[in-house]
Amino acid sequence: MTEEIIIAGFGGQGVLSMGKILAYSGLMQGQEVSWMPSYGPEQRGGTANVTVILSDERISSPVLNSYDTAIVLNQPSLERFESRVKPGGTLIFDGNGFHKFPTRKDINVYRIDATEYSLANNTSKTLNMIILGGLLKVRPIVQIENVLKGLKKSLPDRHHHLLGMNEKALHIGMDLIKKVD
Amino acid sequence: MSDSKKHTHEEVRLMKGNEAIAHAAIRCGCDGYFGYPITPQSEIMETLMDEEPWNSTGMVVLQAESETSSINMVYGAASCGKKSMTSSSSPGVSLMQEGISYIAAGELPCLIVNVMRGGPGLGTIQPSQADYFQAVKGGGHGDYKLITLAPASVQEMADHTVLAFDLAFKYRTPAMILADGIIGQMMEKVILPPFQPRLTEEEIRTRMPWATLGKPASRKPNVITTLSLDAQEMEDTNIRLQAKYREIEKNEVLFEEVECEDADYLIIAFGTCARVSQKAVDMARAEGIKVGLIRPITLFPFPTDIISKYADKVKSMLTIEMSAGQMVEDVRLAVNGRVPVEFYGRMGGMNPSPDGVYNALMTKLVNK
Amino acid sequence: MTTNEIINPANLVYAKTKVMNDTPMHYCPGCSHGVVHKIIGEIIDDMGVQENTIGIAPVGCAVFAYKYLDIDWQQAAHGRAPALATAVKRLLPDRLVFTYQGDGDLAAIGTAETIHACNRGENIAIIFINNGIYGMTGGQMAPTTLHGMKSSTSPNGRTVPLNGHPLDITKLLAMLDGTCYVTRQAVHNVAGVRKTKKAIRKAFENSMLGKGTSIVEVVSTCSSGWKLTPEASNDWMVENMFPAYPLGDLKDL
Repeated sequence: MTEEIIIAGFGGQGVLSMGKILAYSGLMQGQEVSWMPSYGPEQRGGTANVTVILSDERISSPVLNSYDTAIVLNQPSLERFESRVKPGGTLIFDGNGFHKFPTRKDINVYRIDATEYSLANNTSKTLNMIILGGLLKVRPIVQIENVLKGLKKSLPDRHHHLLGMNEKALHIGMDLIKKVD
Repeated sequence: MSDSKKHTHEEVRLMKGNEAIAHAAIRCGCDGYFGYPITPQSEIMETLMDEEPWNSTGMVVLQAESETSSINMVYGAASCGKKSMTSSSSPGVSLMQEGISYIAAGELPCLIVNVMRGGPGLGTIQPSQADYFQAVKGGGHGDYKLITLAPASVQEMADHTVLAFDLAFKYRTPAMILADGIIGQMMEKVILPPFQPRLTEEEIRTRMPWATLGKPASRKPNVITTLSLDAQEMEDTNIRLQAKYREIEKNEVLFEEVECEDADYLIIAFGTCARVSQKAVDMARAEGIKVGLIRPITLFPFPTDIISKYADKVKSMLTIEMSAGQMVEDVRLAVNGRVPVEFYGRMGGMNPSPDGVYNALMTKLVNK
Repeated sequence: MTTNEIINPANLVYAKTKVMNDTPMHYCPGCSHGVVHKIIGEIIDDMGVQENTIGIAPVGCAVFAYKYLDIDWQQAAHGRAPALATAVKRLLPDRLVFTYQGDGDLAAIGTAETIHACNRGENIAIIFINNGIYGMTGGQMAPTTLHGMKSSTSPNGRTVPLNGHPLDITKLLAMLDGTCYVTRQAVHNVAGVRKTKKAIRKAFENSMLGKGTSIVEVVSTCSSGWKLTPEASNDWMVENMFPAYPLGDLKDL
């Protein structure tokens, strides 16, 4: 199995760290993983994206043309990546601030209003975990226990008390995500 | 050191290529790192500063005032027989060229890491391979060469750090790791090399009798200098250097050969471009097109012989680079006109995509 | 005195330090370099640190310093000696590490290396020979060339609109928190030689004690570059260089 994922949004939405948690989760279940960020100043407020590949085989190119799954958290990212989802693939978007919506009919489109939920429930710090929960509901590519192991691995010791909060966020995301027809 | 920093060497870890270089340097007994921040490789010094190896192995880590200073600090450290290194990205490595020429002329071992970004000029911070000429043809003044390694994975960033030092000391010559921004910034699984202790001063005095550590009464002064006002003396130095480079060419060529046995077409690419090309090879093979890939691991010495061998077997070749076409010249020299050698590349921080390579393969080679 | 009396060890009044070898120096008659070299050799001898010393030679006339003093040497690229010295001292903290640099090397092309080594307080000694001219390359203007002073690249004399002002870099270095001892001396007479020797000894001792960076500027002659006889050079230096670069300690912590 190989899963090629792009996660894109504004800097500060936790795009890179969501990718990192996914990569660590793959590592925990013995997969080959690669995590390739757009890097530099664009991390600070501009648009950031990260390509994550999880595979049971050696990964060739860390750079991709098309993706099995795209998670887009802002309008420019939707415009850039919708066309690059493979037919039959998955597109997940957070509808906050969107004025144009996905149009493709040959892919599975899901909406997760995680930003709106977070603003109402003060869970902005775990926004990316809510979205990751949504992803795992519709694409169970890694097991929750491996996500938590990966999270533990990637977080410094001083943040380990936040693990419970993050696990809760995953479950919130699983409830929030909705298929768009 | 916190518990999270204690790892056994068997452990599989996930980290950036830049971080892997820093960890590998500490583990292989590096004595000194001297650097100046520049994207996309600043994680090397950041990781070293965070690890504080001066408290564990005794390694010195210093942020210099410029790349000029960094490379000259390396020159001073290497003159003492110490295992020393610097790292930078393209514009910074340009600034180091004078010092690199001195280090090559002084026949000193050291490691220089270039995590390339798009140029010319200040350019971009996005990945590039356009410093190939600078690295393998001798970027500074005079006739010299750098042993040049081209990692294509995070694992190789770690492994090449160890290998580059070994080769540099074996031949008393500077070695370069020529990576691109993608390899520096991406995270992959890596198994770090085992810990080797730093050499003691006694070991340095025995193995590197030329080192300037202070002159005991028993020997004459050691002098590291690159000046010979006598032209004949300078030519003799050049002859010695050239003989060394021929020896390196004979002994140290490294490359990876993928699906070349039955190939009608051959792609040649290094670093990230080799990874991208691998995917294009898979796409082409799925269509029944017999394509192979040669990935040079050493760029100097260049794998001329293997490419020459395939020039008698394949119909044509394609070189893929993140540049306007630099390594392609060395491929053409190896092929010497026997088959067409085409080129496809992206420049200035753009990188070829698997589709781009596949399309180039079809239009420039297969359907030509 | 007969020859036999002269060579009788009991009558010995002066012996060249063994740190200085017998290689004939390439320096011009009247040049200050030879005297300063000898002083350095004597101090290394007096301190008993010949086995423990690493010198960094510059680019300039003193590029060949390594030919005359029997210690381990590294010869730096133009201006980079403080960078080399930084690395050597940090890797070998118990060694005596000094640079020997001219005004072009230290105050023009190597300004950044000089200032930052001093500002980090590297435990090195910097011997700075200031003769206001590029000697080795044939008498071109240096950063320390005086107002109105002629050189091959200021043939009608240095002017402010064209060339800017002479750079008193030693004063600048004294302002930095990393320096512990900054002094300006000259070797134009016996008293000067004695004072310079004391100053360099203190600089070397500071290096070994880890007190920070010491700079000893030696205002010097360049009779070839100045196109004067050795004697006239000394006089010219006293008359013209000393007012611009007054002798004495600028800092002694």
